[in-house]
Amino acid sequence: MYRNLTIRQKQIVWAWAFLAIPVLFYSIIRFYPTGNAILISFQNWNLLGSRTWAGLDNYEKLWNDAVFWKVFQNTFLYLLLGTPISLVLSFIIAYHLDKLRFMHGFLRMLYFLPFMTSAVAMAWVWRWFYQDVPIGLFNNILAGFGIPQISFLNSTTNALPAVLAPAVWAGLGFQVIIFMAGIRSIPTSYYEAAKIDGVGWFTVLTQITLPLLRPTIVFIVVFSSIGFLRIFDHVFNMTTNNPGGPLNATKPLVLMIYDTAFNGFDMGYAAAQTVVLFTILLIVSLIQLRLLRST
Amino acid sequence: MNTRLKGLVFAGMMSSAALFTSTASAVEIEYWQYFFDARVDAMETLITNFEAANPDITVTMNHFPYDSYRTKVAAAIPAGEGPDVVQLFYGWLNDYVEAELIQPLPADVFPADKIDAEFFPMVQAMKDGDQYWALPTAVRSLALFYNKRLFEEAGIEGPPATLDELLETANALTKRDGAGNLTTVGITAGMTAQDHHWWREGLVRQYGGEPYLDDYKTVNYNTDAGVAALDYYTNLFMNESPVTSIGFMDEPQAAFKAGRAGMHIDGSFRIGSLADQRGLEWGVAELPSGLDGAQSNYSSYWVNAITSKAEGEKYDAAVKFMEYLTSDEAMQIWLDVVGELPAKPSVGMTEANANDPVFGPFIRGLEYAHTTKFVNESSQRQLLVEMVERIQLEGMEPAESLAIAAEAEQVMLDEYYAK
Repeated sequence: MYRNLTIRQKQIVWAWAFLAIPVLFYSIIRFYPTGNAILISFQNWNLLGSRTWAGLDNYEKLWNDAVFWKVFQNTFLYLLLGTPISLVLSFIIAYHLDKLRFMHGFLRMLYFLPFMTSAVAMAWVWRWFYQDVPIGLFNNILAGFGIPQISFLNSTTNALPAVLAPAVWAGLGFQVIIFMAGIRSIPTSYYEAAKIDGVGWFTVLTQITLPLLRPTIVFIVVFSSIGFLRIFDHVFNMTTNNPGGPLNATKPLVLMIYDTAFNGFDMGYAAAQTVVLFTILLIVSLIQLRLLRST
Repeated sequence: MNTRLKGLVFAGMMSSAALFTSTASAVEIEYWQYFFDARVDAMETLITNFEAANPDITVTMNHFPYDSYRTKVAAAIPAGEGPDVVQLFYGWLNDYVEAELIQPLPADVFPADKIDAEFFPMVQAMKDGDQYWALPTAVRSLALFYNKRLFEEAGIEGPPATLDELLETANALTKRDGAGNLTTVGITAGMTAQDHHWWREGLVRQYGGEPYLDDYKTVNYNTDAGVAALDYYTNLFMNESPVTSIGFMDEPQAAFKAGRAGMHIDGSFRIGSLADQRGLEWGVAELPSGLDGAQSNYSSYWVNAITSKAEGEKYDAAVKFMEYLTSDEAMQIWLDVVGELPAKPSVGMTEANANDPVFGPFIRGLEYAHTTKFVNESSQRQLLVEMVERIQLEGMEPAESLAIAAEAEQVMLDEYYAK
């Protein structure tokens, strides 16, 4: 039978034979759990007993859960604050670092170091920075100048930015490296032409550098948006006494899922939250990929 | 040659038969608990003693990190891979019974009336009709830790005996810097630590209330007593000269350990970690009594139960092992090694134990301790954390915040018991 196939068909058979292993592997480790999670979201299950059908109960509960909407809002706050701030900061750093010759490699290493450090360790160090007077670094400095101390983590308004700051700082190194690679890849002839024409630095930046950096920018935006939508380790470690607190002011969606699943043992409800998060990530990524395609 | 071969075959058969009979008579059972150094050490001692007394039974212990413990047990028992005897938090019992993961203790070996008479009363939370589902080796209660050095510095003789004295003492111990920031707190505070137990089963009852009715199925702290108890608690960190601050030095036990807190309410399990702290001189006292001398405490415990996996001779061995785990001898070993309190007055209230300067106050506290039947301890604690946060961070009236917490907790209880 194989003999009777055309060369083209034989190629297809072989292609699928080789593809079968990764496809099978991918289905088992990736699609099966995803499908299972979607299935559990329509069931009630506390890990111990048997699963029972719940229909749309979990989604209905989610819709009526005030904490969920607060968490939803927080998750987008992390995204809407975190992504532009880290984008602008990393571009400014990369732009100037690129022009710098003195100790260039050393400085680049310094910026990259936080990215390689464990998020857990960093979160704990920052958590101590934020403490009140006898141990907190920032408040000790303020107290040294006789300025009243600031509640960083124990405040419904300050806590989210306070948790976000180290997350932005930690991801900066990676984005700086990507931006620098992007800047380096722009042909120098463009800059030379601009120089001959006597164009100012601002025009060079807005007419040459930024437009040619577009693919880099889109990549960083997609990458960091997904990161901020899935923020967990910083929040969890900085607020372990009262995860996501105070009054859910810092709780992101992933932390709510974790809490529902492993403190509440309500797997069905947690799975419903996971499906919502998955949908959000899918939509955000699709929109951004569409923007990427238009270049 | 032929006879030699026959003899060899015969000898081989005999020895393999002997091998089979010896494995058949030795029963091996598995015991699971979560990983905590002292608990594992204590259990190793108990297993050694038990095996010496029952040479035909072998017990193998398995332990897992606390985080994944419940998940592992849940996955293993239905698969027939799990433990025969398992350690569980008392608050999880209902779920395990419902999922048929554990079986009741045999009434002939553990008669309910005998256990009612011999154990501290809070273990009755493990009773269903006339049978017990599980029993603890040790229990925990709360007491007041105090820093002897700070007391001496402030010229205070001894720990406070009443709630009023507690406030006065805390006031005398509190230290501030030039800008008015707290540098040493009189007493630690934070619902995230043990204070939620102290408030629920201690303060509310001491102000004349009863936190729950109907076997912990109905929330009942939304009363004058509840408001009074909440006022007392929030006054510690909210009036004009607060004696404490929530989140001071990040965690209450850290502040006490660092010598920056005069007093600290915590469980008996804290003894171990404080004992090794150099330069910290501390004492323990019973929780201060209420206005008319009312005393109340909270107690919790981990229980041992026989799983549904244990059948036949494994079941018999598991029952024997359970008998040993709930014996006086096991309780004394657990107290000495882990620092957790015996579950029976016959061991706890011995002259030596009840008057022990460290264990004594905890053990005496057991006599008037209550055990909250949680449906989800961390979520129920979270409601009290938020109750305080609404008052402290959003300026809500205590009575209003209390009502919100009570209502939310009732929803949680109804949802659980409706299943």
